[in-house]
Amino acid sequence: MSTTIRTAPAEGGRALAKGVRAIRTPGGLSVRVEPRAAAAGVLLTLVTLAAGVLLIGSGDFDIPPDQVVATLLGHGDAAQEFIVHDLRLPRALVAVLVGGALGLGGAVFQSITRNPLGSPDLIGFGPGATVGALTVIVLLHGDAAATSAGAVAGGLLTGALIYLLAWKRGVHGFRLVLIGIGTAAMLTAVIHYLVTKADLVDATRATLWMTGSLDGRDWAQFWPLLIASVVLVPLILAFGRPLRMLEMGDDAAYALGVRVERTRSVLMVAAVLLVSLATAAAGPIAFVSLSAPQLARRLTRSPGPNLAAGALMGAALLLVADWTASNAFGERQLPVGVVTGVVGGVYLLWLLVAERRAGRI
Amino acid sequence: MQRLSAESVTLAYEQRVIARDLSVEIPDNSFTVIVGPNACGKSTLLRALSRMLKPTEGRVLLDGQTIHSMPAKKVARTLGLLPQSSIAPDGITVADLVARGRYPHQGLLRQWSPEDERIVQESMAATGVAELGERYVDELSGGQRQRVWIAMALAQQTPLLLLDEPTTFLDIQHQIDVLDLCAELHETQGRTLVAVLHDLNHAARYATHLIAVRDGEIVAEGPPSEVVTAELVEKVFGLRCQVIDDPETGTPLVVPAARAARRPQEPAAVQQV
Amino acid sequence: MLVQSPPRQSAEPRPATVRKRQTLRAAGLLAAVGVLLLVCVASIAVGAKAIPLGEVWHGLFHPTGTGDDVIVRDVRVPRTLMGVLVGVALGLSGAVMQALTRNPMAEPGLLGVNAGASAAVVSAISFLGITSLTGYVWFAFLGAAVVSVVVYVLGGTRGANPVRLALAGTAATFALYGYVNAVQLLDSAALDRLRFWTVGSLAGADLETVGKVWPFIAAGVVLTLLIARPLNAMEMGDDTARALGAHLTRTRVLAMVAITLLCGAATAACGPIVFVGLMVPYLVRTLTGPDVRWILPYAAVLAPVLLLGSDVLGRVVARPSELQVGIVTALVGGPVFIHLVRRKRMAQL
Repeated sequence: MSTTIRTAPAEGGRALAKGVRAIRTPGGLSVRVEPRAAAAGVLLTLVTLAAGVLLIGSGDFDIPPDQVVATLLGHGDAAQEFIVHDLRLPRALVAVLVGGALGLGGAVFQSITRNPLGSPDLIGFGPGATVGALTVIVLLHGDAAATSAGAVAGGLLTGALIYLLAWKRGVHGFRLVLIGIGTAAMLTAVIHYLVTKADLVDATRATLWMTGSLDGRDWAQFWPLLIASVVLVPLILAFGRPLRMLEMGDDAAYALGVRVERTRSVLMVAAVLLVSLATAAAGPIAFVSLSAPQLARRLTRSPGPNLAAGALMGAALLLVADWTASNAFGERQLPVGVVTGVVGGVYLLWLLVAERRAGRI
Repeated sequence: MQRLSAESVTLAYEQRVIARDLSVEIPDNSFTVIVGPNACGKSTLLRALSRMLKPTEGRVLLDGQTIHSMPAKKVARTLGLLPQSSIAPDGITVADLVARGRYPHQGLLRQWSPEDERIVQESMAATGVAELGERYVDELSGGQRQRVWIAMALAQQTPLLLLDEPTTFLDIQHQIDVLDLCAELHETQGRTLVAVLHDLNHAARYATHLIAVRDGEIVAEGPPSEVVTAELVEKVFGLRCQVIDDPETGTPLVVPAARAARRPQEPAAVQQV
Repeated sequence: MLVQSPPRQSAEPRPATVRKRQTLRAAGLLAAVGVLLLVCVASIAVGAKAIPLGEVWHGLFHPTGTGDDVIVRDVRVPRTLMGVLVGVALGLSGAVMQALTRNPMAEPGLLGVNAGASAAVVSAISFLGITSLTGYVWFAFLGAAVVSVVVYVLGGTRGANPVRLALAGTAATFALYGYVNAVQLLDSAALDRLRFWTVGSLAGADLETVGKVWPFIAAGVVLTLLIARPLNAMEMGDDTARALGAHLTRTRVLAMVAITLLCGAATAACGPIVFVGLMVPYLVRTLTGPDVRWILPYAAVLAPVLLLGSDVLGRVVARPSELQVGIVTALVGGPVFIHLVRRKRMAQL
């Protein structure tokens, strides 16, 4: 089957924005491709792979990148096999999935709320998962697996609560944001209460959990995340087209034949699930879901939710941050959340200034 | 039987009933304009006709079917709407925005056909925004932006197009501009247009069919030359006026009565200086 | 905008109606003071240890140094005084902030002013080893001042969108608490001391702290009352205020100083407390209407009622331990906030 790639004719005006192309097959099938977005995707994938190799290679026992690759392809010695496959590969893969989930979830929520600050950790879903996890740590003294289960349960319950409270002839973006903010403030109080109630050991464990860390993540965290991602990521991507339309306002999307409320609720449920699972695996890693979609957008220069690019950016960001956290501060290994927190905080400041300058705040 | 009609619908927001037992038919191939004072229910009626608002009783019919039980995309291929409040996503170009009008004709594996391309270009040409294709929507003037949104609605290629106050927030030359465009679309492309307008004189000049609404009821409908009379304007808007022939077009032109002539009507407002 | 428009008034309200309304408002204020006194009594009488009222009276006025006397004089009285002071501070700063930004979502807790004070105090404790209140209160002022200036720059001038402002404030709060968390993580001794302070509690109050904090709060209160009239004019928009002869810049600067003094002192004294500055002015508005000159005194009286009431509630519900007041206000205030959001029509956002 031959495929034609063509750009729109130049005279008069072009029917597709600059750089957007359509790939068509003789059977009448056609796919829109944005070369810049595609290039950004390839670039981010390469960065993710490179950072992954670096991350796997570094630690108490350094392995050069070429040997990491060799080991991954099955040509390493026994010690390297053990270190790579049993210790460091799962951590890197968890980082990829967690970062991807946070980036994708953030892109969905920022698009639904039509606000670059509308990320799930700010509007209550993140704190919900934290309350769930802390309840397990402080009140039930549960182990890591129970903590993860608590985080998922907390995130989902909070998601349902916020959705119900924000419902009033449909869920409106603004109402969702404000209800989420109110809920987040209440949950933050509960978090503080749990921390004061704990003894110092549990309090340290809780604070560490709240900072977000990838230390010691293994295959047990990887498989549930992978299964969830395999189901949820394609679902979210498939709803990307109606989501693009939703950005023009509910009325305009409705007029174009988008089932507004259904699109929104499916996407929200899927994104909350994904974010909760990611939080369960690594803790509420700060600001990845806030900054990844926005950074991706600047890279692709494409309007719209930038779902795939957001996910890839999240994965790349988290891997790089994790490598930085464990290598850039000498002997001291910091949890990855500290690094994303600092980077995210600076980014936030910049975003606020930019929004201000554009007259949007 | 006309293509679009409402059969004894009751329209309400939550508990607040706007209109009760309202029936209306939109004549095919007409440029229908709905007029009435503020909060009379004219926008609500348009929202119901465009299935944005589900009637609590009665039904809206499109080609003989109840519009709310039809598949969303199928409706969107027959009936377009230019809503009052639309948001241009950050950093979107004119061409990209207009292209989004093709959504109901596309699918996951049919994202951009040559037909899409042709229609988007025609829509942009018809609304005079073809040379703005690469510009960002945020940079445009209010009048240009409204043209772009109309182009998007056109790209939807629907035989029926509803417009909710398309001239609001535009200055006078852009208002006339947009209305000229609507009239042209109606004449040359044979589409059925339904618009809500504030300005009675604009409505009288451009409409082929006028619907006057007051307090959720249709007070009069028909060609402007028959409907727009001094009695009707007083009944619907509570304004004493003369209706004369528009010197440009011969359509009815509403001229509000002078203050002195209106005075006995509004004793409360009398203020002797 | 979410700003409530003033209630429709007849074109020329007759003087009698005006006088009647003034009398009503004054009577209401008196009643509010009565309620505050009652709550103060409750705060002195109720606590983790049940002390009969007679003993409380004895402890207050004829102390002989019994165990109950000590509890009443050294624990409950200072705690009540502190509650009144901090309540006044939070209520007034919320009211001023809302008037200044014309935005009902503006609240020191929600917009990160308290978090800014927290972050500064945590830095002072952990990095500079400052442990005394008189030492770190200045850092609290600094933190509060920086954040309130940022908030003001973001939200004060050309018609800021309340939703975006609230979101920006929340984001800033998260970033600042993230920082606080990180500092605590690196310094577990600091964690042990700070995890109680970051909640917002009146439990640690003693007469010495009260003595150190009250001058700052008193200064803030005086300043606030001085700018009530120009703030009232500014509620109707900058241009109208200018036309009415208000000094915009001077009023703004004074308002910022007042907010900083009030929030900084309150946060330094008992940690961050959310929603008091949001709830009280909002509820007061429904009683008094939009006149800032009435909102301020009402807020100053009713905010301590709310704060002390929450504190007493926190002592009762979790006996024999207690729930910190910051947690109670958040749990009480959250639903009020959500109700406020749900009630508003979206067109007003």
